[in-house]
Amino acid sequence: MLRVFRDLFRYNREFAIGTILVLIVLSLAVASFFSPYPPQDSYVVPPDVPPCWAYPLGTNSRGQDVFWQLTVAMRNSLLFGIAVAFLSRIISLVIGLVSGYAGGVVDRVLMSINDTFVVLPLFPILTLFYFMMHDHMSWTLLALAMASLGWPYDARLIRSVALSLRNREFTTQSVFSGMSTSQILLGEHLPYALPIVISTTINNINWSIGLEVTLSVIGFTNIETPTIGTMIYWANQHTAMVAGIWWWVLAPVATVIMAFIGLFLLSVSINEFIDPRSRLARMGA
Amino acid sequence: MLCRGRWIVEFPRMRAYAWYFIRRLGQFLLVVFVGINVVFIVTHATPIDPVEQAISSATQFGQSDPRAVEIMRKALRELYGLNGTIWEQYVTFWRRLVTGDFGPSLSAFPTPVSALIAQALPWTAGLLSTSTLIAWGAGNLLGGLAGYYRKNRLLKGIGIAATGLQPIPSYIMSLVVLILFGYLWPILPISGGFQMNISPELNIRFLSSVVTHSILPVLSLVLITIGAWFVGMRSLVSNIVTEDYVVYAELAGVDRRRILGSYIMRNALLPQLTGLALSLGAIFNGAVITEFVFGYPGLGTLLVRGVNSGDYSLVLGIASISIVAVAAAVFVIDLLYPLLDPRVKIE
Amino acid sequence: MDTALTVRSLRAYYLTRYFGITREVRAVDDITLSVMRKEIYGIAGESSCGKSTFIKTIAAAVRPPLRVLGGSIKYSFLDRDLYDLNEKALADMRWKHLSCILQGSMNVLNPVRRVRESFKDFAFPHLGLARREFFDVVNQHLGRLHLSPSVLSAFPHELSGGMRQRVAIALATVCRPEFIIADEPTTALDVVVQKDVLALILETQREIGSSMVFVTHDLTVHANISNRLGIMYAGRLVEEGPTGDILHDPIHPYTRHLVASLPRIGDLTPKKALSGAPPSLADPPSGCRFHPRCPLAMDICRQANPELTPLASGRRVACYAVGPLVKPAADSAAAPQATQADKSAAFLQ
Repeated sequence: MLRVFRDLFRYNREFAIGTILVLIVLSLAVASFFSPYPPQDSYVVPPDVPPCWAYPLGTNSRGQDVFWQLTVAMRNSLLFGIAVAFLSRIISLVIGLVSGYAGGVVDRVLMSINDTFVVLPLFPILTLFYFMMHDHMSWTLLALAMASLGWPYDARLIRSVALSLRNREFTTQSVFSGMSTSQILLGEHLPYALPIVISTTINNINWSIGLEVTLSVIGFTNIETPTIGTMIYWANQHTAMVAGIWWWVLAPVATVIMAFIGLFLLSVSINEFIDPRSRLARMGA
Repeated sequence: MLCRGRWIVEFPRMRAYAWYFIRRLGQFLLVVFVGINVVFIVTHATPIDPVEQAISSATQFGQSDPRAVEIMRKALRELYGLNGTIWEQYVTFWRRLVTGDFGPSLSAFPTPVSALIAQALPWTAGLLSTSTLIAWGAGNLLGGLAGYYRKNRLLKGIGIAATGLQPIPSYIMSLVVLILFGYLWPILPISGGFQMNISPELNIRFLSSVVTHSILPVLSLVLITIGAWFVGMRSLVSNIVTEDYVVYAELAGVDRRRILGSYIMRNALLPQLTGLALSLGAIFNGAVITEFVFGYPGLGTLLVRGVNSGDYSLVLGIASISIVAVAAAVFVIDLLYPLLDPRVKIE
Repeated sequence: MDTALTVRSLRAYYLTRYFGITREVRAVDDITLSVMRKEIYGIAGESSCGKSTFIKTIAAAVRPPLRVLGGSIKYSFLDRDLYDLNEKALADMRWKHLSCILQGSMNVLNPVRRVRESFKDFAFPHLGLARREFFDVVNQHLGRLHLSPSVLSAFPHELSGGMRQRVAIALATVCRPEFIIADEPTTALDVVVQKDVLALILETQREIGSSMVFVTHDLTVHANISNRLGIMYAGRLVEEGPTGDILHDPIHPYTRHLVASLPRIGDLTPKKALSGAPPSLADPPSGCRFHPRCPLAMDICRQANPELTPLASGRRVACYAVGPLVKPAADSAAAPQATQADKSAAFLQ
C-alpha cells in the first residue's frame, strides 16, 4: 500500500501536486492549535496592518491577526467538511449498497427516492432552514441538514459499483464456494469499492466546505465561529475590498482554493489510477 | 412525409413514448411532493414559531398595546397559514402552492409574494438557461475535441485550466470575477439587471443594457460549471474511442471529422444529457449565489433579502417555487432524452 | 503478380512505460508469409498468441502502445509498403481495396444511427456513384446476403445478432475490395448461425474474387473455409501449409497436439493436455518458444529459434526436431545463424 503511494507520488503529477497542497492546508489547520490569540477575541492587535514580519498576513479591521485567524478558520472549515462527508457517506453507502446488491423492486424504489433528492435545490431549502432556526442555528445542526440532503449523487455511484460487483464472475464463484456474505463483502468487494468511496468522500468534503463558505458569507450560519466563510463575511461587513484591506479577503480565498484544488487533484488521480482504461491511455501516450 | 411503411414501424415507438411521458410526469410530481414536504417539515418541525419571531422583531422597540399585538398575532397566523391543527395547516400549505398564492410579502407589504417571484423569476431563468447552454455546449464541444485530439497542446492547456476551475465553489468564483472586473479592471457593470434609470420597455437601449449587465453573472456561472462538463466529456470520449464501432469506422477510413461528430459526440452526449438533468439542482444553487454576488434581480437576491428582513412568506414562496422550477426543468430534459437515444427501452 | 499480400520479417511490440517500469510485449515477432490471389489464408492459434495483433498490423490499425518495429507489408494494389503511405493515401485505400470483418461484429455499427448511415459513411465516398445508384447497388448486395432492404432504416439494436453479422459482412464487401481481413467473425455466434455466416462469407468471397486472411482459434472453422493455414504460437509462425494437409498430417509438435485435441466422432480416447501454459510475451522463453512444453525438445531448441523452412509439399515448418534442418554444431553460436541466413535466402527467391 505504501509503495503504491510512493509510486503515485513519483510518477503522477496530479497526485503529487494534490498531496502537497493538501499537506499545506493540513499543516495550517494543525498550526491553529498553537495560536497565541483566542480565536474569537477581537481587537487583540492593532487593526488594518498590512502584511509584515510581525504579522505575516497582516491584521484585519477587527483587530485580529489574519494568519492565526486563517489557521483556525481552515481547521473549522475542514472539520465541518469532514463531518458532513462522514455523515453523508454513511447514508449514501447504505442506500447505494443495498440498492445495488438487492436489485429488483428495492433498487427501483430507492433510486426513485434518490433521483428525487438529487433534483432538490439545496440552497433555498437550507436558507429556509436557517430562517427558521435563526439564533438556534448550530454547526451540528447544519452538518446534519447538509448530510441528510447531500447523499444522492454519491449513492448512485456506489450503487453502480455494487451492481457491477454483484454480477461479476468472482462473486458467483465465491458464493458457490461457500463464502459467507460478510466474507464476500469485506474480502472480495471492499478493495474495489474502496477507491470510489475515497474519491466520493473527497468530493463531498469539497462540496460541503463550498456550501459552508457560501452560507457563511451571506451570514446564514453562526458567524462568531471563525471559518473560511465567516472570515469573508466579516471582511465584507467591513467593506475590506473598498477600504483596501485586500489581504483580509485574499488569505481565506487563496487558502480555500488551494484546499479545493488539492483535494480535487487527489480524488482525480486516485480515480484515474483505479480505472484500467485510463491507465492504458497513460501508458501509450 | 411519412410514407405508410415507416408510419407502421414508428407507431409502437410513439405509443411507448406516451408511456414514458407518463412515467416521467409521475417522477416530476413525486419530486415536487417530496420537496414540498421537506419544506413543510423544515418550517413546522422547528421550535421557532415564525409568528412569534415576527412579533418580537416588531415589538422590540418600546412598548406595544397588548391588544394590538394580539390582533397582529392573529393576522399573522392567518397570513402564514398556521391556523388550526397540523393537518389543516398541511392542507392550507398545499392549497396555496397549487394556486400560487403565498400571501403578501411582509417586507414589501402589501405586494403579494407571487408578484415578487414572478418579477424575479425571468431574470433567474434567463441567467440559468443562457449560462447552462453556453457552459454545457462549449464544455462538451471542447472536452470532446480534447478527448479525441489528445496531442493538441492548446486543448491540453484548456484541459488543465478546466481541471483547475472545476473544484472552485460558486461563491469564490463569482467573488473572483467580481474583484477582477469590478475593482481591478472595471469595464463591465457589476450589479443590477439593467441600468437603473431606464424603464423596462422593449427597446434597444433597455435590451443592450440588460445584455451588458448580464455579461458578468453569465461569465461567472459559465466558469463555475464549464469545468465539470469539459472534464467529463473528455474522459467519456477517450473511453468511447476504444469502442468497437469507432475502431471500425477508423478502419474503414471514414473522415475523421465525421467520426468525431456522428460516432463519438453523438454517443457521448447522451450520458452528458443525463448528467445535466442530475446537476440542475446544483447549477440552480450556483445561479442563485451568483445573483446574490452581483445584485442581479433574480430569485437569489430576493431570497437573501427575504431572510434578512424576516419575511417568512417570501422565503417559503421562493423555496417552493425553486423546487417546482428545477423539477420542471429536469422533466423537460428527461423528455428530450429518448428523442436522442433510439436504444431507450421504454418498458 | 500472383500474391495479394507479402509480409516479411514483421515485428510489432507493445512498449509501455508506467510508474518507472518498462515492458516490451513481443506480440508479433518476425513473421514472414504471403497470401495468394483469391485465396483464403487462415491463421490459427490459442489466445494471446499474437493473432489479433498481427491483424492490427496488416490492417494499418496500429495505435500506441503498439508499435511496428521492423519488417515490411506489401499489398498487390499498393505501390509501396503499407507503412510508407501517408494519411490520405491510407484513407483512400481503406475499404475500397482493404476491408475488415471483426470480432464482436455485434457492435461495429453506430448505435445511435440507422444502418443506412453506416453504409453512407463507409462505402459512399469510395464508389463514386450518385445517391440513387449507390443505394441500388447496396440493396442488390444486401439481397445477395439474404437481407431485406428494410434493414437499412433500422437501428442496430433492432436487428438480431445474426442479422447484424450479415450486415457487417455486407458492409465489408459492398465495395468489392481486393483484400478482406476477418478476425474471429463467427466466434460469438451459435453453431447454426455460424454455419450460415461462414457459407455466406465463402460465397461472397468467391463472387468478388478477393483474397482473405481469416483468423480464428477454431480449427474446425478453418477446415471449412481456409485454403491454406498458418499456425501461430507465441508471436511466431510455427507451421504453414494447405489446410487439408495440415489437418491430416500435422508436422510441428504443437500442431500435432492441436489436431489431436479435436474431437472425432467415434473416438473415445481421452485427450491429453499439454503441460505448462502459453508463455508470457513480455518475457518469452529463449530459443524456440515452444520448447518448455514440447515433448521433443532438445538442447538446440533452448538456444536458437528455428526458422520456417519450406518443405517439398509447399509447406513450411519451424522445428529442429521434425524439420529437415541440419542440426547445427552445439558449440558454435554463429553457425545456426549462418544456416538460417542460407535458408532464408533460399526461401525468399
